[in-house]
Amino acid sequence: MCYKTKYILSSFPTLVQSPNAVANKNAGSAGDVLEDNPVGRLKVYVYDLPSKYNKKLLKKDPRCLNHMFAAEIFMHRFLLSSAVRTFNPEEADWFYTPVYTTCDLTPAGLPLPFKSPRMMRSAIELIATNWPYWNRSEGADHFFVTPHDFGACFHYQEEKAIGRGILPLLQRATLVQTFGQKNHVCLKDGSITIPPYAPPQKMQAHLIPPDTLRSIFVYFRGLFYDTSNDPEGGYYARGARASVWENFKNNPLFDISTDHPPTYYEDMQRSVFCLCPLGWAPWSPRLVEAVVFGCIPVIIADDIVLPFADAIPWEEIGVFVAEEDVPKLDSILTSIPTDVILRKQRLLANPSMKQAMLFPQPAQAGDAFHQILNGLARKLPHGDNVFLKPGERVLNWTSGPPGDLKPW
Amino acid sequence: MMKSLLPQSQLRRSSVATAARSAAGGDGSAADGGGGGAGAGAKAPASSTFWFLLHALCCLISLFLGFRFSRLLFFLLFSTTALYHSTTSSSSAAVLRATTTTTTTTTTTTTTTNTFTLSFAAANPPPSNPANRTALEAAAAGADKGGTSGNPQSHVVVGRHGIRIRPWPHPDPVEVMRAHQIMERVQEEQRRWYGVKEPRQVLVVTPTYSRAFQALHLTGLLHSLRNVPYPLTWIVVEAGGTTNATASLLARSGLTFVHIPFPDRMPHEWADRHATENRMRIHALRAIRERKMDGVVVFADDSNVHSMELFDEVQKVQWMGAVSVGILAHTGAAEQPRLSEEEKQNMPLPVQGPACNSSGHLAGWHTFNSLPFSGKTATVVGEAAPVLPKGLEWAGFVLNSRMLWKDAEGKPDWVKDLDAVGENGEEIENPLNLLNDPSSVEPLGNCGKKVLLWWLRVEARADSKFPQGWVIEPPLDVVVPAKRTPWPETTTELPSELLEDKQEQDDRRLSRANKSSRPRSTTKRQGKEN
Repeated sequence: MCYKTKYILSSFPTLVQSPNAVANKNAGSAGDVLEDNPVGRLKVYVYDLPSKYNKKLLKKDPRCLNHMFAAEIFMHRFLLSSAVRTFNPEEADWFYTPVYTTCDLTPAGLPLPFKSPRMMRSAIELIATNWPYWNRSEGADHFFVTPHDFGACFHYQEEKAIGRGILPLLQRATLVQTFGQKNHVCLKDGSITIPPYAPPQKMQAHLIPPDTLRSIFVYFRGLFYDTSNDPEGGYYARGARASVWENFKNNPLFDISTDHPPTYYEDMQRSVFCLCPLGWAPWSPRLVEAVVFGCIPVIIADDIVLPFADAIPWEEIGVFVAEEDVPKLDSILTSIPTDVILRKQRLLANPSMKQAMLFPQPAQAGDAFHQILNGLARKLPHGDNVFLKPGERVLNWTSGPPGDLKPW
Repeated sequence: MMKSLLPQSQLRRSSVATAARSAAGGDGSAADGGGGGAGAGAKAPASSTFWFLLHALCCLISLFLGFRFSRLLFFLLFSTTALYHSTTSSSSAAVLRATTTTTTTTTTTTTTTNTFTLSFAAANPPPSNPANRTALEAAAAGADKGGTSGNPQSHVVVGRHGIRIRPWPHPDPVEVMRAHQIMERVQEEQRRWYGVKEPRQVLVVTPTYSRAFQALHLTGLLHSLRNVPYPLTWIVVEAGGTTNATASLLARSGLTFVHIPFPDRMPHEWADRHATENRMRIHALRAIRERKMDGVVVFADDSNVHSMELFDEVQKVQWMGAVSVGILAHTGAAEQPRLSEEEKQNMPLPVQGPACNSSGHLAGWHTFNSLPFSGKTATVVGEAAPVLPKGLEWAGFVLNSRMLWKDAEGKPDWVKDLDAVGENGEEIENPLNLLNDPSSVEPLGNCGKKVLLWWLRVEARADSKFPQGWVIEPPLDVVVPAKRTPWPETTTELPSELLEDKQEQDDRRLSRANKSSRPRSTTKRQGKEN
């Protein structure tokens, strides 16, 4: 990909901070593709599902709007009023099914994925019976938002998720998900990886003046050991977070702890590097926060597939450290040449980069919603294998664990 | 089958692991570094009985031998010393059909024995490179990194991994140094982007005159100005002509300065002093105009205190700006004005500055309310009474020096020409008199919300003596001979009875402490000499 340097128009009033035009002059350009306007390039038809699949779930637990899986809800709302929406399914390129599979929360607020396969299956059965469009392609021109830990594998534990695999009915559909890892069962080819939802207003409220000098070298807040689920360590984060702690807890350059400071966002804006290690899943909202606050993300997750990887040049923005190299993290970071660091900061300062990571309400040009649509538009026109010959069947409606076949 | 027999649960894993950790250092038992594979069951039911029997056999042998023979056997049979390089086919073929994942091998090279553990490579690549480890963590692991380029399977292995710790996890001083250099460079770049683009010169106008407090005030101001990060010229106008003391102080300051003499002497009354200072400032402005000095004019009175943010803020001025000044009226007198409760509540803030309307435009001025002080203010310099500002103080205004030039591009027409001002000897009260239209003044400092400097007038009496230039010449008269302590001779004037009593008390205290007593005569002598 060729990233020309050019002056990026900043037309993003709210969150994205460009206090003067000079910041943009200094901001490198990376990803002209980020500014593509999807309107006119594709048409999306939104199925009208009964509210038990979406609105009722949200009414039952409105916390679904604030957690990191909220992208599915906001995507639905965005599409309902978007210019790419069409009410004529015959002319639609893509079909969207609004089912909030991640909105079944425990009292603590964590989503339970146990009923999600049945919910998804029930929704697909509904659209397959009431509309002819599913059967004509067996879902190959349909897309679904599955923002859970391991996407459409619908489980939070990696081994179980791998064991289940992606829901068989979604084999041909395009999945829009946060999980991405190369050569992993739960990431199928042609998926669109998106950032997790991070609340834009909250981040905007904690912006500090950009001339506040960055005085923290490496910053991280979060767990290193998950004592409740992985008491001996070594399982959580594949031991990488524990390794960070054991190696660098006494290092003055590393501001790392398990605290929950109220100045978390402000501190990120005062840091040069922000660690984004894997947890139980390789992705985390830390990446979004790091990009928005201009802190260079240090990604410690082997083989991770980052959001919008075909539009955002992550190698040029972030630092990738292999999990086995974690003990050498300080040497790695200090040996990066200064001009490379400055270049990364310039690229991070690009407002279109920050905008692409966010799900603002209401939607703005260049934000994550538009990047998803851009991704869908880039997959057009549909190939020959999308539409099936009449009577041809590919999907096996009875495969999968028997528990999934029960109605929802 | 394998799935049911293999330890699946965490508990089992944990017990094995703890056993392993305790055993690792000691004997030659095989430490199981991790739990078994989970996930989908084996897919070959035909060979399942075989595996079952084999497993049962291995369990029996393990019971006998005391370590987990089964895994060791598999490891030895089906992989080469794959610890140091990766082999795929044999291990993956032989072992589980389980599609999922594994545990990992460990070797301890630092402990006395070689302990091997095995990973069930679940159709997945093989065990691993040994990692750096310390003896702290018994289970070190490796997900394979290098191995299998042609293999479409993920080589990131799920399961228990070791926690890699380098042998000496301490910060390296060279790296810490480099990190600081990086941060410095980053900060420099930040300043360049977000700081002031083209920093303008700051022209500081200070009227002064020779008196006891001059060195105090000028030294303080001098240090503030030395810290200003912009190019600066200090224009010092001295009443009564230039003096050597002031000149040498300026020369030692290290700042670029212009020392301008002003012919009149500074009067002794505050009202006249205000007027004279105003004329001195206009004199300085004329000098700026003649020399065509370019920059932002700040009126820094020598007794005022300025914050660093002031100088950052004044860079933003276009033509004329106003900042908020904190007025510190020093009520040093013994009688404080008795204020009623409601007076205290309604006491306005001691701030002079611009006041904005809701849209951020200048709406008016906030001035210092001198009512509570009515009648009790100082009239003569050095009087022990509060000194109040008269109207709007110059210190709260900043100008673009181009406003003073005879002809400057873009000079707005609401600025009077400097020559037209003060011609007829009328008093220039404040810089608003330099304008035709005072509403065009720009409020700075977040629309006057931030107080950027403080106004204070503290002076000694006009006839206070002080050494010229604070150099003691000629040497002072001896007040106390060196042999004696410098305390005044007053103690010897105390009545002798009192002195004795005092000594007795001291003795008692001492004797309680030391249980010793000194002869009285000596103490008395010491007392006398004290």
